[in-house]
Amino acid sequence: MMDLNQLTAHELLNKLKAKEISPESISESLYARIHKVDPKIKAYVRNKGQQEAPLKSQPNGLLKDVPITIKDNICTEGLSTECCSKILEGFHPPYDATVISKLKNSGAQIFSLKANMDEFAFGSSTENSYFGATANPWNLGHVPGGSSGGSAAAVAADEAIWALGSDTGGSIRQPASFCGVVGLKPTYGRVSRFGLIAFASSLDQIGPITKDVEDAAILAGIISGYDPKDSTSINKDVPDYTKSLNGDIKGLKIGIPKEYFVQGMDPEVKSIIEEAINKLKSLGADSKQVSLPHTEYAVPVYYIIATAEASSNLARFDGVQYGYRAKSDNLIDMYKQTRAEGFGEEAKRRILLGTFALSHGYYDAYYLRALKVRTLIKQDFDRVFGDFDCIVTPTCPTAAFKIGEKTQDPLKMYLSDIYTISVNLAGIPAISIPCGFTKAGLPIGLQIMAKPFDEEMLFRVAHAFEQSTDWHKVKPKL
Amino acid sequence: MSIDKETVKHIAHLARIELQPNELEKLSLQLHDILGFIDKISGLDIDKVSPTSHILPVSNVLRDDYPHVSLPAEKALENAPSKKGNFFSVPKIIE
Repeated sequence: MMDLNQLTAHELLNKLKAKEISPESISESLYARIHKVDPKIKAYVRNKGQQEAPLKSQPNGLLKDVPITIKDNICTEGLSTECCSKILEGFHPPYDATVISKLKNSGAQIFSLKANMDEFAFGSSTENSYFGATANPWNLGHVPGGSSGGSAAAVAADEAIWALGSDTGGSIRQPASFCGVVGLKPTYGRVSRFGLIAFASSLDQIGPITKDVEDAAILAGIISGYDPKDSTSINKDVPDYTKSLNGDIKGLKIGIPKEYFVQGMDPEVKSIIEEAINKLKSLGADSKQVSLPHTEYAVPVYYIIATAEASSNLARFDGVQYGYRAKSDNLIDMYKQTRAEGFGEEAKRRILLGTFALSHGYYDAYYLRALKVRTLIKQDFDRVFGDFDCIVTPTCPTAAFKIGEKTQDPLKMYLSDIYTISVNLAGIPAISIPCGFTKAGLPIGLQIMAKPFDEEMLFRVAHAFEQSTDWHKVKPKL
Repeated sequence: MSIDKETVKHIAHLARIELQPNELEKLSLQLHDILGFIDKISGLDIDKVSPTSHILPVSNVLRDDYPHVSLPAEKALENAPSKKGNFFSVPKIIE
């Protein structure tokens, strides 16, 4: 029999309903696992403010008593939320993010330990965390991806039932791919960001990281929906996503963008993805090559827009209202020293890059130009979605890379998001699901993209694929 | 376009971040490389393209102005590094 910590949320819910298990037994099982493997993986933040708390029975609701792990950049009232940054060390939010209120209202248990991440979600490896790096459960010498690396590693290592992450340029999908779990970036506007510590406001979305597609559909259903506290959230009904898990993809038109299969791409990734596409065809889908001609501009456009927005969003960390403050008796020096001592290297790099892109004399050449190229990238997708139901690609150009491999070369690190970034720029939804392993035993993810607000298509295709394969059932040996 | 140390120094001041000499050195080189890569977009013909600052077709989102309970001052001040009464406290601005 499997231990409770290994189960999916829907499996736990069935057992809870049948009164086969108690909430306390889930809690015990999770903490036993965490004590055993987390000293190696470090998926959870272990700072002085982080407390282990036994899980207590919750009010009735769809997710009654199921625990959920939360990324350290989503505000949880009274629970430490530090964005894995020194500048927010010791911060205990006085309110809950809307996604947290929704989870609590559904009876879910908010796990008191928060998941590790790159500082302010700036990174693709979780190596930029002020609290130290997280390891990949499949190979401890490799990164779990990022920035939601703690959430993905915790789910993959059965230290969590499921988790929430955030995705600005691939920060849910890329770690999901690297850790062999399911990760969904919902449509921009689908999930409220109220209480998500902002990185790039025109790109950020919160989404689920889960062990299977059914859990992703359940969790997406809970956290989605209109919120007047987020002016970018859209007032549109949330469908019952579990109804999309019907296995029928006959006749669906799948576009395969040629720009994602370029010469020199990792041959192992290429063959695993091609095999996955053949699987979808054998299930009755039609696939055709399509073109997204502006793909090569996505990374440069992203690193202008995302850093410009970040430089503005992070202006609030000045040592006045919360977090770290450097000692000084002059206000401007206090700001400068606080930010010098409080921000890590990547945060400084991005703030400076963004400040530059917005500064006098460079705004037109960088920021305005990037916004225009963003239009071209979006139009590429609009064109393809006129004829196709979804687009299928690799989630990442490679399997998880080694710890330390890209830390000295920021540009190399930025390029690891090459297949995920366009989705955020276009505002569309996308999911990453496990679709195979390299010879070295590292997981590879398949990315499916759909039209805005067509998460149902993602769940439909992802579930059909998952149910006809066993990749999601393989567990890392720890 | 390239970026030199003086420019980095200037934007660090705008961003209110004090840089150590070794940081300035390293960041100038890295930002130079990153901008070199970003310059890829300068070749595109975009004269007739309108900018996308926001992906959704919504604008000027307003809410009803009604009285409601807001965060009490003591709760809002809970995380303040320094406070006096119901205020955040900062170093003196006027000499």
